[in-house]
Amino acid sequence: MMPTIVFGVLSVIIIGFALAMVLSKNLVHSAIFMAATFVGVAGIYLTLSAGFLAAVQILIYVGAISILMVFGVMLTRRGDISASNLFNKRIISGVVVSAALFIILGRLILTSEWFPSSFSVPESTVGPIADLMMNAYVIPFETAALILLAAMVGAIILAKGARRTR
Amino acid sequence: MLELAWLIPIFPLIAYTLIIFLTKKSKSISVAVALAGIVASLVISIGVLVETIQKGITMAEPFEVAVKWLRLSAIDKYTGLNIDMGILIDPLSAVMMFVVTSIATLVIIYSVGYMHGDPGFSRYFAYMSLFAFSMLLLVIANNFFEMFFGWELVGLCSYLLIGFWFEKPSAAKAANKAFITNRWGDFGFMLGIILLYINFGTFNFGEISRIIGDGASGVGAAILTLISLLIFAGPMAKSAQFPLHVWLPDAMEGPTPVSSILHAATMVAAGVYLLARGFVLFNESTETLLFIAYIGGITAFIAASFALVQRDIKRILAYSTLSQLGYMVMVIGVGSITAGMFHLTTHAFFKCMLFLGAGSVIHAVHTQDIFEMGGLSKKMPITTWTFIIGALALAGIFPLSGFWSKDEILLATHQAGFTGLYWLATLVAGMTAFYMFRLIFIAFFGEKRTDHHAHESSPWMTVPLIILAFFAVFSGWGLVKMGYGSMVFFGHPHHGEINLGIALISTVFALGGIVLAWLIYYRKIVDTDLMKQRFRPIYNLLWNKLYIDEIYEWLFDKVMLGVAWLCNQCDRKVVDGIADGLGDTVRHTGGWMRFMQTGSLQNYALVIFGAIVIIVLLMATPVLGGVIR
Amino acid sequence: MITLEYYLILAAALFCIGLFGAVAKKNAVAVLMSIELMLNSVNINLVAFNRFLAPSQLVGHVFAIFVIVVAAAEVAVGLAIVISIYRDRFSTEVDNLDWLKW
Repeated sequence: MMPTIVFGVLSVIIIGFALAMVLSKNLVHSAIFMAATFVGVAGIYLTLSAGFLAAVQILIYVGAISILMVFGVMLTRRGDISASNLFNKRIISGVVVSAALFIILGRLILTSEWFPSSFSVPESTVGPIADLMMNAYVIPFETAALILLAAMVGAIILAKGARRTR
Repeated sequence: MLELAWLIPIFPLIAYTLIIFLTKKSKSISVAVALAGIVASLVISIGVLVETIQKGITMAEPFEVAVKWLRLSAIDKYTGLNIDMGILIDPLSAVMMFVVTSIATLVIIYSVGYMHGDPGFSRYFAYMSLFAFSMLLLVIANNFFEMFFGWELVGLCSYLLIGFWFEKPSAAKAANKAFITNRWGDFGFMLGIILLYINFGTFNFGEISRIIGDGASGVGAAILTLISLLIFAGPMAKSAQFPLHVWLPDAMEGPTPVSSILHAATMVAAGVYLLARGFVLFNESTETLLFIAYIGGITAFIAASFALVQRDIKRILAYSTLSQLGYMVMVIGVGSITAGMFHLTTHAFFKCMLFLGAGSVIHAVHTQDIFEMGGLSKKMPITTWTFIIGALALAGIFPLSGFWSKDEILLATHQAGFTGLYWLATLVAGMTAFYMFRLIFIAFFGEKRTDHHAHESSPWMTVPLIILAFFAVFSGWGLVKMGYGSMVFFGHPHHGEINLGIALISTVFALGGIVLAWLIYYRKIVDTDLMKQRFRPIYNLLWNKLYIDEIYEWLFDKVMLGVAWLCNQCDRKVVDGIADGLGDTVRHTGGWMRFMQTGSLQNYALVIFGAIVIIVLLMATPVLGGVIR
Repeated sequence: MITLEYYLILAAALFCIGLFGAVAKKNAVAVLMSIELMLNSVNINLVAFNRFLAPSQLVGHVFAIFVIVVAAAEVAVGLAIVISIYRDRFSTEVDNLDWLKW
């Protein structure tokens, strides 16, 4: 009974804050709602017994990305902040497509047959993840490091503004 | 010497190359190079001729050397292509090469005097050398393809030389006319040899005659007639036979020595030479021979009648050349290449001389209208006398060279049973004598009509005239004595006995023509203007050359340009219309569709996900229709 | 009993909300946020699959970590681009960024 309640509460939090984020007219509010959504998702990870991922989620999304977003808002915003996050003229078609996609996905999920495994998740996930990262997935791991480096360099150059060569 | 025969065409080619690339700047060195080249060829061709006679090389067993030039092996059903470059020495080519080189030598010597002071002096001699090379290549060729090579080069050189003074519009036009008219013939010739190769599998003269001789060619008579008619289109244009004769009189726009070599040894002789060389083909088709004979006869008569009324000295000579070429073609058509080639040889000498004489006159009086000359005989004795000798030879007066060859022609025609053509030819002989002496009496005798300071030309010009006069007098008799008929022949040797009756009749006609000309133009027993008035329609017809040029012009202006206009319209409206229409459709569709490209990323994302929805719907319909468990 | 389907439906809903935001929002930063939502829903999917279908191996977790890495890089570069554009045009409205046509 307990997991069901926990899942229900988390779902309400996630969906509610996500909708609030999308529907809010204030960009700063949106950023805060987004952080709340991320916290909800971290909770979902916990119910899936993925403690390490939940920590990562909190650290990166809530701690880093949300702050980054707020900085982005701060650096680009001028004028009235209360009308900073409006919809454009694609709102109707966006609703239609999103709703259609949701209906189809839901229908597919419900009509598909799943074959759940009877195994259980190991107690601690950190050790096995480290093992996978450093053995089987070491090359993607290194590549991810490179991607982060490249993204960092690119972000610096873009944000700084490339000096015009004459 | 026979082994050196391949050098005969090479020397003028070397001379040409040297002049064009190295010595063009220096006039005297260019002349020396050109002369050295052609004299070297002359020496070798004399040696070849002598050796041919001594070794008894006959038409049936020629001396032939060839190297492979192009080999394409047969693939599947396509026959391969074998082209040789070779030399073929038999009496026919040996004699022809001697004629070409000797005439070319004399003309080049003469040109030194005639072209003196012309800005294009060196260029002229380069072209002359190239002209000699082309003709010699054509003559020495051992297969149709090589001959075609030389044939086209001859056409090119004639274009270059006729249009030598290209800054003169009429010369440029005449050059174009010659080239374009010849194109018709060359096209036929080319189709002919292609068809020939398809049917015989070889271009080689010897092999073709062997295949035909064996009678095992398996080529139908109709195909043979077609091939020979197509090939005859070449000589028709090159030797200026009716109705493709129109370019030759206009070719007078070139320098006179060019006309001389063109009319005597190189250009027009090529057609007759091809007829003789390929006679084995023509002989297979009675229809073709008949066609050739009548075309020749018609040309001879029409050209002679045109010559009766012309005023331009070079045009008179041009029409006389046409007429004599008609003779040659006619007699080859009736089956005697001996007579044709014999007349070609003698005619080459005296016609060359007549042209050089005319050039000498033009050089002296600076006009080409015979009615503006008059009384030249005292001022220019050498020119006058050589001219008269030439005219007598052309008229066929015993014992000059023209008599012997013309008699051969008349005899051959008579013996072959073409009585109509025989009488026509005899009549033409009389007309020839008449118009030649009309020219002489008007231009060289009588009183001076206009104020001109005529003087005898320089030795550069008179010496070749005298040498040619010697040939004009003696070549006929000499060649008969040397047994020309047993050298150049087809089938069986031909021993030209003089038929007294025929000789007498033609001489009577010739003398009659001369006497008539003397009476009308020297004694003036009738008023020529009155006669012109009385026979106005005939005179107009002849003066305008049967309006053939006008007919061609009309054909070109109305018919050809009309067809071209139609093709143009078809191309513009239909072909371009389809292409443009396609392009326009695509462009307009694109122009309309491009509004879908909003450039907005969110729009694209929307479309992508919309598409995903649709694709999933399409692909997963059976699954979606399932029941929820 | 909470089964796999619940998590998948939750992820699908989050994804569709993110999609709607990404398509229908004017502000470029808001679009980036919405994209983060979509990435998160994917992560939920990955972890849920891992939990219910193959719990003994943690490949889904590793995958999710890589997705997070890419998302972080994407946010960094995306924000840099937005700032760069903003500096150029004094606007972060995506509708104005329509240079991607003829």
